[in-house]
Amino acid sequence: MCKLEVENLSVSFSHYDRGLRQQMVEVIHGLSLSIKAGQIVAVVGSSGSGKSLLAHAIMGILPGNAVMAGRICYGGETLNAQRQATLRGKEMALVPQSVNYLDPLMRVGQQVRIPGADQVQAAQQRNLFERYGLEPGVEQLYPFQLSGGMARRVLLSTATLSGASLIIADEPTPGLHHEAARETLLHFRELADEGRSILLITHDIESALTVADKVAVFYAGTTVEIAAAEDFAGHGERLRHPYSRALWNALPQNQFQPIPGAQPLPGQLPDGCVFAPRCPAASAECSEIKPDMRKLRGGMVRCIHAS
Amino acid sequence: MIRKLLAFLGFKAVRLASLMFAISLISFMLVQNSPIDPVQAYVGADAVRVSPEQRAQIAAYWGLEKPPLERFVIWSSALLQGDMGTSMIYRQPVEEVIGERFLNSAALMGVSWLLSGIIGFIAGVVAAMKKDTWIDRCIQWYCYTLASTPAFWLGLLLLMIFAVWLGWFPVGLGVPAGVLADEVTMADRIRHLILPALTLSVVGISNIALHTRQKLVDVLESDYVLFARARGETGFRLFWRHGLRNIALPAVSLQFASFSELFGGAVLAEQVFSYPGLGQAAVDAGLRGDVPLLLGIVLFSALFVFTGNLIADLLYRFIDPRIRKAGVR
Ligand code: SF4
Repeated sequence: MCKLEVENLSVSFSHYDRGLRQQMVEVIHGLSLSIKAGQIVAVVGSSGSGKSLLAHAIMGILPGNAVMAGRICYGGETLNAQRQATLRGKEMALVPQSVNYLDPLMRVGQQVRIPGADQVQAAQQRNLFERYGLEPGVEQLYPFQLSGGMARRVLLSTATLSGASLIIADEPTPGLHHEAARETLLHFRELADEGRSILLITHDIESALTVADKVAVFYAGTTVEIAAAEDFAGHGERLRHPYSRALWNALPQNQFQPIPGAQPLPGQLPDGCVFAPRCPAASAECSEIKPDMRKLRGGMVRCIHAS
Repeated sequence: MIRKLLAFLGFKAVRLASLMFAISLISFMLVQNSPIDPVQAYVGADAVRVSPEQRAQIAAYWGLEKPPLERFVIWSSALLQGDMGTSMIYRQPVEEVIGERFLNSAALMGVSWLLSGIIGFIAGVVAAMKKDTWIDRCIQWYCYTLASTPAFWLGLLLLMIFAVWLGWFPVGLGVPAGVLADEVTMADRIRHLILPALTLSVVGISNIALHTRQKLVDVLESDYVLFARARGETGFRLFWRHGLRNIALPAVSLQFASFSELFGGAVLAEQVFSYPGLGQAAVDAGLRGDVPLLLGIVLFSALFVFTGNLIADLLYRFIDPRIRKAGVR
């Protein structure tokens, strides 16, 4: 059974255009993915593609002007706002991007512990800091005093300490050099091996592949492919979607081939396949039909020509 | 830490000294060039019965016939020795007049400072927590309306309603008229204080409320509050743990930094309510050309405002960990 299942999720924002008419802009559409216990699923895609919103939608912390549709299941149970509110911080935990997500005026240790924490929790927090190689003095520091690497481990501690069985990490390795990023991701692997499910949202496909079981490739607000991590190999022959292949081949250690063109903005998506304007394999059909997600070779793909 | 504090205070002391010098020089020049003839003002209604010789004597008594520069030097060197001179209208040493008047003003300003601070802060918090609801709109409307209401006008309004029509409070003065000084009770003083203090605080609320509202709105939209919500914190507990912590210090600092508005408001309110405070003395001194008293009050009020700003500064510097610790690590 899947720990988390997201089916056909869409997130739109209402905003006012120049004529003061209310307009809806769909930032995420038709997104589906699932995670089993003990699995790491990486959601990869370039920055600014609305990936963070996926995390916020699952946690139920979207801003007030956002409208969500589709279904999110947790442990076999459909999530509604109420259910999300009870699970937040207990069953589901978020590991945010940066130290800006910590209260600037609260000491780190106090902040990592859940409000109203008892002595047991304080002890747990100390153990956890030790496990992550944080000196005992760190709990007395304020967020601005943390180095980048320390901040990562502190943020990770918040999720670990909560005992949540689903951890959503939103871009957990921004600006970290390779070694530090790897170390952070290994901590996630440890957590997954303890039986937790981890959703790793990142633009760093290379680091993500070192720990992930499954990869969901995210493009222009939707998933275009779900593949096993092993499928990312060679020149991407086993990948199903042209975008995944292009993303893979754009990496420096592969062919370092940039993808021509730019990702379409939300609200300005092409009529047919979202990737059609940039796709080397596009045919006339591609700009007319919106491809659905379909099963292919043990993965999923959103492309009419994939085989 | 201590050394940093001392260095900071030393720097501020130099600032204060130069500020005081500049202020006394400028006010002295202003008074010098004002159209009010101090002798005339001193003599008042008896003018016709005072001969030119007597006038000259009066002028000589106050040292008014000497050239301005010399007078400034005499006055300021006396000041440096702690002698602020004698008030012409009260015939008392200036420091005594200021001390006595300031006690009254301090009660008035203190009460309204606390009231406006507490009420304004709470109003700001409520507005931000209920952003875009009718409560928020009411509070904002109130603040913007009051921000453009002159204190004296509001004072007159309150006087008319509560003192004249309803008769709940005395019309003016600091103590009941015609009662011996030692028979004046605390209750009397409080009754006389309520209306002016109310006037002053009602006007002071809007500043702090709007500021607090904006701060809290920003805090509530911040990444760290989003994260706190993701961790399951909600409602009042969220406000208590993250909101209050991040808005209290700016609010308290703002309240200290508003000493100048407070003093300015007090001058007007005291005038309307004939409340015997420092502000009223300042107006009298100005209108009747009581140079020593006027200069004394000007210097004193500058010191008062400076102290408020200094406290606001100190609060940030030595309480906010981001500034306090920035140099240490
Ligand atoms: S559907 Fe057509 S345009 Fe879209 S990815 Fe497949 S081949 Fe390319």
